[in-house]
Amino acid sequence: MNVIALLTQGLEIIVAVAAAPLFLGWINQCRAWLQNRSAPSVLQPYRTIQKLFNKDAVIAANSSALFRVAPYIVFGAMTLAAAIIPSMGTRLPFTAAADAIALVGLLATARVFMALAAMDSGTAFGTLGARREMMVGFLAEPALLMVIFVASLISATTSLPAISEHLTTEAIGLYPSLAFTAVAFTMVLLAENGRIPIDNPATHLELTMIHEAMLLEYSARHLALMEWAAALKLFNYACIGFALFLPWGIAAGAAAPNALLLAIPVLAVKLVLAGSGLALIETVSAKLRVFRAPEFLATAFLFAVLGLLVHLLLGA
Amino acid sequence: MAPLSWDLQLLNVCAALLLLLAFAMLSQRRIVTLVDLLALQGAVLCVATALVAWRTGKSHLYLSALLTLGLKVLFLPWLLRRLIRRLDVYWDTEPMANIGGTMLLGLLIVIFAFGLAQPISALANTSTKSTIGIAVAVTLLAFLTMITRKKAMSQIVGFLSMENGLFFAAMSATYGMPMVVELGVALDVLVAMLVLGVFFFQIRERFESLDLHHFESLKEEK
Amino acid sequence: MELALLLALPLGGALMLGVFGARRLGAELNAFFSIATFGAACALTVRVIAEGNFVAAREQFFIDPFNVFLVDLTAFVGCTTALFSRPYMRVELEHGRLTAGRLRLYHSMYQLFIFTMLLALTTNNMGLLWVAMEAATLSTVLLVTLYRTPASLEAGWKYFILCGVGIAQALFGTILLYFAAERVLGSEGVTALLWTHLNDVKGQLEPTVLSLAFVFLLVGYGTKMGLAPLHNWLPDAHAEGPTPISAVLSGLLLNVALYAVVRCKILVEGSLHSSLPSQMLMGFGLLSVGLAALFLWRQRDIKRLFAYSSIEHMGIISFAFGMGGPIANFAGLLHMTVHSLTKSAIFFAVGHAAQAAGSQIMDNIRGLLSISPTVGWGLMLGTLAILGLPPFGVFASEFLILTTAVKTQPWAIPILVAALGIAFAAIFRRVQPMVFGEASVPHLAHVPALLPVFAHLIIVLGLGVYIPSYLAHWYREAAHLIGGF
Repeated sequence: MNVIALLTQGLEIIVAVAAAPLFLGWINQCRAWLQNRSAPSVLQPYRTIQKLFNKDAVIAANSSALFRVAPYIVFGAMTLAAAIIPSMGTRLPFTAAADAIALVGLLATARVFMALAAMDSGTAFGTLGARREMMVGFLAEPALLMVIFVASLISATTSLPAISEHLTTEAIGLYPSLAFTAVAFTMVLLAENGRIPIDNPATHLELTMIHEAMLLEYSARHLALMEWAAALKLFNYACIGFALFLPWGIAAGAAAPNALLLAIPVLAVKLVLAGSGLALIETVSAKLRVFRAPEFLATAFLFAVLGLLVHLLLGA
Repeated sequence: MAPLSWDLQLLNVCAALLLLLAFAMLSQRRIVTLVDLLALQGAVLCVATALVAWRTGKSHLYLSALLTLGLKVLFLPWLLRRLIRRLDVYWDTEPMANIGGTMLLGLLIVIFAFGLAQPISALANTSTKSTIGIAVAVTLLAFLTMITRKKAMSQIVGFLSMENGLFFAAMSATYGMPMVVELGVALDVLVAMLVLGVFFFQIRERFESLDLHHFESLKEEK
Repeated sequence: MELALLLALPLGGALMLGVFGARRLGAELNAFFSIATFGAACALTVRVIAEGNFVAAREQFFIDPFNVFLVDLTAFVGCTTALFSRPYMRVELEHGRLTAGRLRLYHSMYQLFIFTMLLALTTNNMGLLWVAMEAATLSTVLLVTLYRTPASLEAGWKYFILCGVGIAQALFGTILLYFAAERVLGSEGVTALLWTHLNDVKGQLEPTVLSLAFVFLLVGYGTKMGLAPLHNWLPDAHAEGPTPISAVLSGLLLNVALYAVVRCKILVEGSLHSSLPSQMLMGFGLLSVGLAALFLWRQRDIKRLFAYSSIEHMGIISFAFGMGGPIANFAGLLHMTVHSLTKSAIFFAVGHAAQAAGSQIMDNIRGLLSISPTVGWGLMLGTLAILGLPPFGVFASEFLILTTAVKTQPWAIPILVAALGIAFAAIFRRVQPMVFGEASVPHLAHVPALLPVFAHLIIVLGLGVYIPSYLAHWYREAAHLIGGF
């Protein structure tokens, strides 16, 4: 473990935490443009978070301590996840302890605490949101794992940095299996982050909301942390996607500092493109009824398994 | 993993697409879309055949690619769409319960097909042998499509898709059957569709619908 | 030359009748072409007797002892059925069940059907065999639905879909066969699907691929020959189509499908050096015999009754070929011959009876003997013949099969005997009142065309007593070819 590795690790965490709201802001701006609305500033999520931090917290009288610690746990889990996803470099000290499966577990931990906290205050909406969230999670997780397995099979490891490294050194070719899993991953990303077509982050419509329903009881700094964690989650998913499907430009191996410096703008470009792509998908698709969500996620699972099978058969 | 040449990679993509299309057909409710998917499947098959022809330099494969293009991409979908319009079933959808279950069954079938194709692939000396499993899977999925459907039109689409799968299997395993056989098969498919066209009108005239649940009278008396 | 004529005549007939079939002359033309085809078959037979086996048209066609007698049989039954259908279809037309346009379809498709069967029998190319089998299905689908009743449409649909799916399996089997053959014979010459070449090198074909291929081929062609459990289409198609079609379906198409299965079995067994194909044939055969016997018991429709009887007999023949060896194969071939003659004769008689009664339900047909002794005796004798009573040919073949089974497969004897007993009781208790009971059927308004019935029955009787030497020679040669363990 050397200085550069530690530096990379620190930089990754800082960039992730700092840039996550910006990424969210960028998506919102793209969506606004695509929908012919005048766009809010890209910095709007920062302002919201800052505003929330300056407020006094109101907590339901009958809620337990769980309700208060949950935001910190969720935010912490997301930060930790950001630490083990190779977004800029592959020599990350943390990843020695946690591979891709652990990452999925970390994300699941955050989900469980969020759902528990939502049910803690005992309101109807919280419970409803928690139940829906768990349903989506229960369907999305196998698909996500399957996606990771395909990439793992190709590079014979479950460690995300090693997968990225392997894929960057591989000759550029057409991989139907990776194409299928990329589609599956995008669908999982949409579902897990409460985007259209599963959830609509922009509304509080009680019949359809999932993520927002869980946060209804939160205010001030707790809400700020939850919102920030949600932005971080989206950022993390995007970075997992890059690591698996677009690893080029990452500082592979024991890279020199200049490779790391190059990796930052490359990541920025990828994020800009991914954000506009997501905005486009969200704009052109319609929100599904909650009951159709299993079908959507089953399709994602199907794609992932198809990718797996195609890989096993064709070796590509 | 040694990098494959670009044409083999493209062929693999075609195979994967065929598999994907087979699943899409399995889950598709609208009949018109089913026909579109069938045409698309034919198109992918045509590209794959042309690729193999180019790779192996076998001129009869170009012919069969052309045959595929003419018959499966242009003529049969055109005929089916015409039938759909004439029979006024444009907006028909298939009432399918439990698509998820069918999909899972489909995945199991794919695994079974891969197992089935294993000994064949092991013996094949064509450069396309890895796609045999996919061809078998496409065939079996089309069969599943056929038996999960209640509408005459979707059963036929399943039938044609099955034929596509078999054609692909022949190509992957042996670079296609002898020309005379391929022509004969194509002729049979063509005639089958024409016969069906007539047949649909007869059914329709009798039952005023193409739903096969009317077909329950000829059960064995218990 | 004879071969070309044999194939060209029905094909030409199909085209010509497609144009002229609606005229009054249609039925006569149909009969003419069928007789001419039979003539060509006779000429072919003469040549084979004189010169022996041969291949033609760059080896795409061949004649050997196994297919020559089937060609004769097909041409002969095709010819008598055409003679029977001439007055029969005229009456149907008069009863208003048909229109002239549909009659044209009928005549044209009839000739096409004969053509596809002859093609399937004479082709040397396993791929063409498949094409011809599929074409045989297609040419008969619209004949099954000729009356356009809801039940006939349902039967036609079932026939189309089941046989279509089945035949698709057979295509996959054929692909696998080609795949195995190409490794030995090479793909440059187009010899890799020619049966004669395959037979020469069958010992070198890859056993794993061939066993897989045989499963698919058996399922595929087995569907077509009505082997249980894929027999569902058969009773419906037989019951709802016009009677001449039931006669040729039962008498000929099933034989041709069986022929295809046995051709495949010869290759696969040669490659596998094991009895797997034989055991599969025996298993499916016994299953069909058993199931058909049980279903026979509860039939009410006369044509369905005899359709199930066909399934039973196909099962018996499959079992015989499964046992293998010179005697069982000989018996199987003989049984193919006499079954198809007897069954078509029965369908002729049944056609007249049903036409007279205006119903195919057996309870509505009573006392045929009193209104038309010839129809009554035709049905009775045909039934006795198909039930295996001596001295008819069916007795001879069934006796041979049973005695061989006692020696080589004693475990199957109880099933076979029980099934034959049940079938005997089920059919006889139904037919007996139909022939002898109190007359409930009005007299026939026309003279029944019973020459074909008695011609068939006399041949069956003759084959029970004496088999001509060249026929016996063919049977022995074919039995040797089929081999078995």
